[in-house]
Amino acid sequence: MSQRVYIPCDMAAVAVGADQVASAITLAAHGLGRDIEIVRNGSRGAFELETLVEVDTPQGRIGYGPVDPSDVAGLVAAGLLDGAEHRLRLGSPDALPFFRRQTRLTFARAGLIDPLSLADYRAHGGLAGIEAATTLTPTQVVDLIKQSGLRGRGGAGFPTGLKWDTVAKAAAPQKYVVCNADEGDSGTFADRLLMEADPFTLIEGMAICGYAVGASLGFIYVRSEYPFAIRMLNRALEIARSGGLLGASVAGTRFAFDIEVRVGAGAYVCGEETALLESLEGKRGQVRAKPPLPAHKGLFGQPTVINNVLSLAAAPYILANGADAYRDFGVGRSRGTMPIQLAGDIANGGLFETPFGVTLGDLVDDIGGGTLSGRAVRAVQVGGPLGAYFPRELFDTPFDYEAFTERGGLIGHGGVVVFNDRVDMARQARFAMEFCAIESCGKCTPCRIGSTRGVETLDRIIAGQDRAANLAVLEDLCETMKFGSLCALGGFTPYPVMSALTHFPEDFGAQASIKAAE
Amino acid sequence: MRDEEIATLQAILADQAARPGALLPILHQVQHAFGFIPKDAVPQIALALNLTRAEVHGVVTFYADFRQTPPARKVIKLCRAEACQARDSDATAARLEQGLGVTLGAASADGSLALEPIYCLGLCASGPAALVNETPVARLTGERLERLIAEALA
Repeated sequence: MSQRVYIPCDMAAVAVGADQVASAITLAAHGLGRDIEIVRNGSRGAFELETLVEVDTPQGRIGYGPVDPSDVAGLVAAGLLDGAEHRLRLGSPDALPFFRRQTRLTFARAGLIDPLSLADYRAHGGLAGIEAATTLTPTQVVDLIKQSGLRGRGGAGFPTGLKWDTVAKAAAPQKYVVCNADEGDSGTFADRLLMEADPFTLIEGMAICGYAVGASLGFIYVRSEYPFAIRMLNRALEIARSGGLLGASVAGTRFAFDIEVRVGAGAYVCGEETALLESLEGKRGQVRAKPPLPAHKGLFGQPTVINNVLSLAAAPYILANGADAYRDFGVGRSRGTMPIQLAGDIANGGLFETPFGVTLGDLVDDIGGGTLSGRAVRAVQVGGPLGAYFPRELFDTPFDYEAFTERGGLIGHGGVVVFNDRVDMARQARFAMEFCAIESCGKCTPCRIGSTRGVETLDRIIAGQDRAANLAVLEDLCETMKFGSLCALGGFTPYPVMSALTHFPEDFGAQASIKAAE
Repeated sequence: MRDEEIATLQAILADQAARPGALLPILHQVQHAFGFIPKDAVPQIALALNLTRAEVHGVVTFYADFRQTPPARKVIKLCRAEACQARDSDATAARLEQGLGVTLGAASADGSLALEPIYCLGLCASGPAALVNETPVARLTGERLERLIAEALA
């Protein structure tokens, strides 16, 4: 039997040369007369280690990384295929602290399996969720999701079971399951990683949801910036159809369900659920006023569950292992695990799935290992472009929906972006307003006009022009955007702006205004 | 539009128009076939979907992806979002502008090369990141960045 060598096909691995590493290893193994089979697995999610090459040995999988294409000749000569010593040898990847310290429920298979092998998927516990679900009544499935305490992982934190219940109870000839894979927040990549490393988990989760609410059709709306995920999903859907996970008879039952991938077109606002639905309908991605809720009148006016990738992908674990198994993790009203994404200037960047409750300081300093550059950590933005900037004084904040709200922030989709001491927080605040101005859908005035006025006002503050008066204008503007915007784009842009101003006032022209006063 | 271009467009419309919410998939396919959305394609798309020209135009112009003019031969889309900023993408942007001789958001005079901003590729622990046409590239500093510039100019 040929020896398996694992080389990720993840976009982040390919971006640092994984394809070239794969061809170089194939060539070198051939030269040695070794019979190897290259498996293009997904990434395990420790991106600093990419390209992470793993070889099957009698001692189990042995990892080497980060492997640059130029390292391959030396590695193979040193005995890569026998798991020999080398400066890039990591030992068993499972034993690395970054992975050992995680609790992987949703990402249990990511990086371990061939993403397109349904046999691998089943061998690692896949399909148990849909098989369990179809032995229950739809109401029982909804109840399990409710009992698990699962909340929307896209950022809003709305109880997933309640959403499913509303759609299940709505009477309509056609209902839909829509997966929001428009992961536009900078600092987040969990959806992308899951879709590329273990797409069947998402497909299984959507099938469970369809069964629970009585929907026969699902859509996955993926952003166009994720070409690898789009390709992987389309191939996985074909395999799922021929393998009986989708189609006229899901998991051998009379339940019929199918899924279609739709591609976004570079509009951040389409991550907002109603804008996403408009876009799916072939329109400009403009936000709808609520009510009606999508659960009552969603896609094409029909009752629609719209959930984030991670919410839907949590369902198979819950169905397979029970609501308590999930609920027992976490703190307060934040139950289960959160796939946290460590990004920016951080030594151990990547996907860290862990029960709620871990503190921001532990994430950044301990698990993340501080900055990659070696400079001091100055600020951390949690929750994407609409999330607050936290200074070191707030590093004791536990990762928990309510705890972050209390501190004037949000966990959003779980992105943590670390900035070193060279960051100019006034520029970051200005960027937040500028980004909102670029991406605003234009439907409501506070967002459309407020963001542009925000950029201008910040420019004046930074220049030290009528500082006190302009600060008052900025604060007033932020209040208006926060309470007057239709959706979170305008409504949450004040978070990064005001948090930067509150915690880092020294960056906002305080010096210039003192000079001017002299 | 030339006859064969019209035939290509009509084939896309015949294949796609019946899908629910067909406009975005159609525009993606048209752009894939032509490199951009030709002005003359808009009335034909509108007719096939029973929409007004204004409605189609409104959608084309709403989304950043859809171009109304042909793209440069090589398009480098550099991530300008926060996680890459935290990894000093400003320096990468400056070096690219200088090395390629184009400003961010513009194309070279001969239309061969364009440098555009993009907001997040999900490569946030490997930045600065970019897409070169369809190929992702990351850790764009030092030698890797110089190699990208040399290849782009080659």
